[in-house]
Amino acid sequence: MRFRRFSRVGPALAAVGLVCAVFATSVYASSNGGSTAPGVTATSITFGTHQPLTGPAAPGYDEIAPASQAYFDYVNAHGGVYGRKIHLIIKNDEYDPTLTVQVVHQLVLQDNVFGIFEGLGTPTHTKVVGFLNAEKVPDLFVASGCPCWDKGTAQPYTFGWQPNYTIEGKILGQYIKQHFGSEKVGVLYQNDDFGNGGLAGIEDEVAASHIVSKQPYESGATSLATQITALKASGAKVLVEFTVPIYTAIARITAYTLGYSPQLVVSNVGIDPHTVGDLLKSVSKGKVSGDALIDGAVTDGYLPSFSDTSNPWIKLFMKVKDQYDKSATFDGNVEYGMAAAYTLVQALEAAGQHLTRTDLIDAVDKYGGSWRGPGLVPFRYTKTEHGGYDGVQMAKVVGSSIDASGPVLSTPPTKGSPIVKYLGGQPAPPANGIPSD
Amino acid sequence: MSPLTLTANSRRVLERSTLLRSLGLVLLGGIVLYVVSGALGDYDRLQLATGAYYFAALAGLTMLIGCSGQISLGHGALMAVGAYTVVLLIGDNDWSVVPALVAAVLVSCAVAVPLGAAASRLRGPYIAGATLAVAVGLPALADRFPNAFGGSNGLIINPPTPPSWLGSNFSLEHWEAWIACAGALVVLFVLYNLTHSGVGRSLRAVRGDEIAAALCGLRIGRLQTLAFVISGGCAGLGGALLALVLQLAQPDAFPLQLSLTLLTGVVLGGLGSLSGAVWGAALLVLLPGWSSDIANSLSLSQNVGNNLPFAIYGLVLIAAMLVWPSGIQGGFMALRRLVSTRRRSTG
Repeated sequence: MRFRRFSRVGPALAAVGLVCAVFATSVYASSNGGSTAPGVTATSITFGTHQPLTGPAAPGYDEIAPASQAYFDYVNAHGGVYGRKIHLIIKNDEYDPTLTVQVVHQLVLQDNVFGIFEGLGTPTHTKVVGFLNAEKVPDLFVASGCPCWDKGTAQPYTFGWQPNYTIEGKILGQYIKQHFGSEKVGVLYQNDDFGNGGLAGIEDEVAASHIVSKQPYESGATSLATQITALKASGAKVLVEFTVPIYTAIARITAYTLGYSPQLVVSNVGIDPHTVGDLLKSVSKGKVSGDALIDGAVTDGYLPSFSDTSNPWIKLFMKVKDQYDKSATFDGNVEYGMAAAYTLVQALEAAGQHLTRTDLIDAVDKYGGSWRGPGLVPFRYTKTEHGGYDGVQMAKVVGSSIDASGPVLSTPPTKGSPIVKYLGGQPAPPANGIPSD
Repeated sequence: MSPLTLTANSRRVLERSTLLRSLGLVLLGGIVLYVVSGALGDYDRLQLATGAYYFAALAGLTMLIGCSGQISLGHGALMAVGAYTVVLLIGDNDWSVVPALVAAVLVSCAVAVPLGAAASRLRGPYIAGATLAVAVGLPALADRFPNAFGGSNGLIINPPTPPSWLGSNFSLEHWEAWIACAGALVVLFVLYNLTHSGVGRSLRAVRGDEIAAALCGLRIGRLQTLAFVISGGCAGLGGALLALVLQLAQPDAFPLQLSLTLLTGVVLGGLGSLSGAVWGAALLVLLPGWSSDIANSLSLSQNVGNNLPFAIYGLVLIAAMLVWPSGIQGGFMALRRLVSTRRRSTG
């Protein structure tokens, strides 16, 4: 009787204690006492990444990190970099920023990765840039063209890789001005730094009076009926889209059912024909044959088109894919993953044998601007510029491939700065397919 | 007075005073958490902080469901209210942590008042439906008013800096764990006292039989609203701690799933008991990691491997409900009853 009241307290305390014991099982497992940089030994170097392996952004994008992994496997089979094998820990964040924060903390604090490589997404990665720079963890080649990575002074550890969306928007805008000058233009864009960055570029080139409707959507939305109806009503004959593949597909199906068929101009992140074609097929439950609906869409590229099988870089990447990423279909996403991995190997080569985190950052700051590889244009890497590729080439979706044509164009992302032709050409890949210092 | 009577006296005082018992419980919990947070690595400290903010929300919800018999599928939205309050106050207005947390609790209580009032007029599935609408609708406000709430990009704040007297080696994660655990202990203190008070007894009477309770002079609507508001305040504190630990408030962090997950945690831990909420919080933190570890350890094809953690999570939930229909805490209680009846019958 006397202990009855205590017995209510007992279980609660026992529960707290037990739970703590469970937490405590991993104590010290994660501590790393040595003075060398975390994640690097004489024989290995470990990077981590956060990717949408499931969820709304997964279709297409879930191929990227495995493709990077495949290229690393290829490099590892040829002896690695300075004898170190490159490992990549891939964590699923479902394109959910809360999860991004959690998995990136896990990668850095528990898995002790050397750096984060190719973290994917604008709304996701913006939430960890502060943490990574505070902890001085290299944050290389974010898989997003957000202008917000390009802050070398404020965020010395973060580097973009693909062209900034404003650069892309400007060049797309110039094309619209030149080819559809008199038409009304509508814009559909993701309501975050991705869409807003692209819109800023378009607005820099296309006169405000020509843009008749600007329709944002939220990532996670299940329908674009309101936006497409408004765009149709506005009479826009050219529809610019800054959308991820699933929304490119939803927008296209919605427009199709509403009998609205504008000329599509789509950001390179949202138009991989293989991905969007598959999505269209599944969104329409097989009623439409996928890529026929996006045939003729105007887009751009900063890598050789994946369907250009005569290009030596594509030949190299297809060879690597056949060997190390057999289940994947070779498309723009696979090419993306391999090309970004190639750049990381370039950075590791340049950073030298005795590697610290700052060495890697210094190497990109110092030499990154001169690296050439699969990209059509050079990178905008200096101590203060961390922006990635500085231009694109216009292209068109033809059937299930992308045909690039016209000059390679480059421009800084600043408002009003001119767009110029890049005449440097593209070098051939090294004979063994691995960059050398 | 002999020492024996002294201890007997103090024991009697403890038996009588809920307040002293709860203070003792909080003190013991605080010591345990202090020691544990000091021994853990930084990542595990973050997990501990995550567990602590889940506990705050779960404890409030378990009190609501277990004591007053109402169900809420809208607690994820109340967490969002707490989170956005904290981020707006700290980020835009430079408030310090404690006042911002208090404000978050007050704001979410205020939002919970009309919800609770509406819920007290509804029964069973209709409460679930009404609160479900809140869970779906409220976070969408952030998208509707992107200038105030940052749209789907959300809002970011700088991490809370540990005070300088803790030394330069005191990590940010350690400090976050302390803040979150302190919040959880406050919730424990408040709810322990509430459930062991007259209000708690009245609530249980309402849950048992509303008509009988009303005949005894209890004001059903008022009691149920009170329970909803307190529970909403706990959820708000949970959300506010989430925002502090993750340094963000973003609509995707508070999907409908979160409200369902909270309910899962409450049921799995053991409905209506605060220790059950501890179990629930631990499960919510550890289970996703375990299931993805299991999925990763089997080298499967991408499509299967990427989705397997969800399947494992679901299977564990089903298995747990089959083995412990009354939750983990219920399972332990049953085990203890079994042992004590055995002992009595043999002894």
